[in-house]
Amino acid sequence: MKKFSFHPCGNYHENYSQELNIFETDFGRVCLILFLAVLFLVAPFVLSPYMLYILNMIGISAIAAIGLNILIGFTGQISLGHGAFFGVGAYAAAILATRLGLPFYLSIPSAGIITALVGMIFGAPSGRLKGLYLTIATLAGQFIIEYVLIHWDSMTKGTMGITLPTTTIFSWEVTGDRAFFFLIFISLVLTTWFAVNIMRSKYGRAFIAIRDNDRAAEGMGIPIFKYKLLSFGISSFYAGFAGAIWAYYMVSITSEPFNLGLSVEYIAMVIIGGMGNIPGAIFGATFITLLNELLRYLTGVLMNVGFVTSTGLNMAPLREFVFGLAIVLFILLEPKGLAELWRIVRSSFRLWPFSY
Amino acid sequence: MDFFLQLLVNGVCVGLLYGISAMGFVMIFKSSSVLNFAHGELLALGAFFFLALITWAQIPIFAAFILTLIGCFILGFIIEKFFLRPLIGEKLIFVIMLTVGLAAMFKGLILLIWGGNLHTYPDFLPESLALKLGAIYIAPVYTATLVISIIFLVLFGLFFKQSSQGIYMRSVADNQKAALSLGVNVRRVFALSWAIAAMVASMSGIVLGIINGVNVHDLSSIGLKVFPVVILGGLDSISGAIIGGIIIGLLETFTGGYLSPSLRDVVPYIVLVFILLIKPYGLFGLVEIERV
Repeated sequence: MKKFSFHPCGNYHENYSQELNIFETDFGRVCLILFLAVLFLVAPFVLSPYMLYILNMIGISAIAAIGLNILIGFTGQISLGHGAFFGVGAYAAAILATRLGLPFYLSIPSAGIITALVGMIFGAPSGRLKGLYLTIATLAGQFIIEYVLIHWDSMTKGTMGITLPTTTIFSWEVTGDRAFFFLIFISLVLTTWFAVNIMRSKYGRAFIAIRDNDRAAEGMGIPIFKYKLLSFGISSFYAGFAGAIWAYYMVSITSEPFNLGLSVEYIAMVIIGGMGNIPGAIFGATFITLLNELLRYLTGVLMNVGFVTSTGLNMAPLREFVFGLAIVLFILLEPKGLAELWRIVRSSFRLWPFSY
Repeated sequence: MDFFLQLLVNGVCVGLLYGISAMGFVMIFKSSSVLNFAHGELLALGAFFFLALITWAQIPIFAAFILTLIGCFILGFIIEKFFLRPLIGEKLIFVIMLTVGLAAMFKGLILLIWGGNLHTYPDFLPESLALKLGAIYIAPVYTATLVISIIFLVLFGLFFKQSSQGIYMRSVADNQKAALSLGVNVRRVFALSWAIAAMVASMSGIVLGIINGVNVHDLSSIGLKVFPVVILGGLDSISGAIIGGIIIGLLETFTGGYLSPSLRDVVPYIVLVFILLIKPYGLFGLVEIERV
């Protein structure tokens, strides 16, 4: 029987496959399995619907943020259009479900694929552009997609929005927060697993090479345009997939939420969570979603405080201010994000009582 | 024909506005190659500062204008000192996201203090500035804009060509390392360029405020409209910004007038994508050549 391994006190890797292991120790693997068991077996049956709703929102944002992290954190291409791609996914799922009557287990992946194609179209300028020019091109993509979503009346019904049919699988209706909890978190686990593994493959290494030095990467024979497009495709697939689930969860969708603010929120998730770190994207999604909910709650409370109401202050903009402040503070103080903080906490536990 | 001419004139006027809004943006990019997403909020800050001075503090217009310029000069200094300086040499994404974060902070702050409503300045421009050419009417603000933008263009031209600080700024923009080794104080150049950019931004904010009224959301969306303008003109060319502004302004008014009003706001971005694909460094921008 294999020996149960804890963290070694040095680097004892003997071959590359050890280096590529997802879990450095069996302890980490057991912890993750325990965590997932609690998440799936206990959480949905204990938590209140509101808590489940927040968890679901975290799950959806985490899927999209992982996608963006592949693009920004691993390939080094900054996209300001992720929110719009999320919207494309939501609309694609809604249109497929209402026009073609596809069931959700077909429409959600197809929405992802459609979004991936759209993402590759808007990623095409990356063949000639890089750095901030590409960022501006994706900014233009954001506005163009937003315009199309609002004005392509025959398809998206403009500002009226689309209402999705209830989702059923084997005559079992997927409604309510608990059913969606399982749908969302099973998808999250699968997409995380996929992302972690793609980063260990040839493709992931090519992405990282492009990020670190694109000219050197091309010199080593990596077709960078192909891989950049692929990265755009994968990242938008994640966005579209998350958007499609979101559309089913929200039941009726309008084009309003898919604005530049949403794109900025996703980039904030990636930066606050930690660039180039898949679990980091999940941390970042959790942080931003919780921050949003907390600020919504706080501003609601502050509105009813006598002093504030009497001075006629509107506290809603406080949300925007704190959001901006969080981004700025993270960039200035901990640019590697929550993932790095998590690593520091873990290692100080591991080295206890001799932590430094 | 009159309709066409009126559109033409309107387009040039709107374009000039975009041009001067873009000038501050180009200043920052030119010296520190920072893409400033908080530019719209800087415009708004200047406009609201001016509003507060003339309506709450009741300071005479001219003095208020000078005070606003000085205040924003200092503000730009502070922004650079506390937020941008720690990031010198960091990755592009951090710098971009920092300005995005700053934008959210400023916007929240302005909304907290002044709210999201439309404010207007009291009318102070003399009607005699209005021009009438046949059937075409040019409002006094636009004449003032034209005059102001020409003055600023000449001033900047002189500043960059003649003054030592201007030459330092150009040298830093051209090659930071070489400038450092020749004894240029790069930090001071960065600080100065942010200060001047914030000042120019406040000036454009006031002009925009006179024309459209002062509203945070409008002003910050103009901050995004700056991108097509500067890309068209070339990110590092100040006169390019004005010409790019005029082209985008014409494009917008003609699309609005002849095609559809809703297309008006998205046309600049469609053009932007094509320019980026065909001529990424703009009409007047410096072409970067990469050698391995």
